[in-house]
Amino acid sequence: MTAAIAVDRLEVIFDRFRALKGVSLDVQPGESFGLVGESGSGKSTLLRAIAGLAPVASGSIAVNGKTLGPRRDKAFYREVQMVFQDPYGSLHPRQTVDRLLQEPLAIHGFVDGEKRIQRALDEVGLGNGFRFRYSHQLSGGQRQRVAIARALILEPSILLLDEPTSALDASVQAEVLNLLEEVRKRRKLTFLMVSHDLAIITHMCERLMVMQGGEAVENLTAADLVERRVTKDYTRNLLRASDGFVRA
Amino acid sequence: MNRKTETLLDVDDLRVTFPTRTGLIEAVRGVSFSLGRERLGIVGESGSGKSQTGRAIMGLTPPQARISANRLAFDGIDLLSVSPRERRALRGNRIAMILQDPKYSLDPVMSIGRQIVETLRTHEKVGKAEARDRALAMLEAVQIRDPARVFDLHPHEVSGGMGQRAMIAMMLIAGPEMMIADEPTSALDVTVQLDVLGILDRLVSERGMGLIFISHDLRLVSSFCDRVIVMYAGKVVEQLKASELGQAQHPYTRGLLNCMPKIGADRHPLPVLDRKPEWAA
Repeated sequence: MTAAIAVDRLEVIFDRFRALKGVSLDVQPGESFGLVGESGSGKSTLLRAIAGLAPVASGSIAVNGKTLGPRRDKAFYREVQMVFQDPYGSLHPRQTVDRLLQEPLAIHGFVDGEKRIQRALDEVGLGNGFRFRYSHQLSGGQRQRVAIARALILEPSILLLDEPTSALDASVQAEVLNLLEEVRKRRKLTFLMVSHDLAIITHMCERLMVMQGGEAVENLTAADLVERRVTKDYTRNLLRASDGFVRA
Repeated sequence: MNRKTETLLDVDDLRVTFPTRTGLIEAVRGVSFSLGRERLGIVGESGSGKSQTGRAIMGLTPPQARISANRLAFDGIDLLSVSPRERRALRGNRIAMILQDPKYSLDPVMSIGRQIVETLRTHEKVGKAEARDRALAMLEAVQIRDPARVFDLHPHEVSGGMGQRAMIAMMLIAGPEMMIADEPTSALDVTVQLDVLGILDRLVSERGMGLIFISHDLRLVSSFCDRVIVMYAGKVVEQLKASELGQAQHPYTRGLLNCMPKIGADRHPLPVLDRKPEWAA
């Protein structure tokens, strides 16, 4: 079976800074894969490199068996869509939800826009009442739902999720995570999800990679984490951190 | 005198109202609590009024808002009737506040050291050399490894965790008796979060300060604080000891506790809050 995403010895260099130092990764179709690490570990850079948003110096990325060149074509973006961390920064402030959702449809030449917009809004649990609002009239959770609707409207097979809930309240986070799981099940999507929170990754993903300083530290399954079968100190530290504060 | 039981802050029926084009919005609706030399957590979602409560105590409510209370007193001083001048003397000196994101709460065009020295010299008559020494000592106390180097750095040159430590150093240098920390670790990585909490915890217990810890993360707050106040729609829905969180009565508190994903708990889908209108009543 060809992997949905295959990354081989990927290097990303910003000026002289090596943000990714030869990272390899395979994500199977329909799988949910997590990337964990602290700020600066390169997890978001890896995601952005796949989306074509980071300068790749060497190595290769293949999506559904097709190796990607330096420029992404339209067909790529029909297959792969991304949801960003900050729902306040990723929606156009002067466009209504309707206009935001029309944009990808117009780019890809869809004619049944009306129907698709309604379906996408229903799917993320926002009714038609939200269609002609501006993003500043929405709460953080609602904005992130719009961002998810925008990603889903082209019916991609792969979703890249960059900390989709870290800007949200704990209670709203649960709603958005449930929504993501639901659409993945319904549409048999492949997820590649970045988070600094191990608990979220074990909840959402079957397999994960721990990263630090632009390198892969270790590859684990969610079951490994639950039973604390980790080999590296770095991962152990992350695990301890997710247990909360313990007075010394 | 028993310092533990002495009341530092007394809040009775605090209300904060914002006039808007569509009428009055009550952000805080009758909050009452008292604080000794302890760690008190205030938990709630966005819009629950937790931050506005903290800001009202600090005196940072926007000028168009109206504050009323039966009593809002810090160490016997009525905060609602003191002059702005006296209020300024309290702020930063006896009451300090840490904000969420060091990127926005530090002055971007001033070196970290100068900002700390500025705070100190505003509140105490100390010479330049002594102020510098005390700032360096404070940076060391918040576990910054090379204080002399960090002293001369600007906020954009340090990481989020380092910036937040500098912020804590700045807030503690005048030796406040009460500190309000509004989401002090939400912008930080999980591992750095624990370091910063460890520093806060040690300084608070060593100096016998009163701490108000505002956060939306109930689990984190309960592992850190002695007592927790849960707020919903501007009201306190439940007050309890952190150790008795497991016996929380209010469905909102229980909902907040349950909605976080946990390692080892296989719950799909996650339980979500079913908000009831009568909670806000």
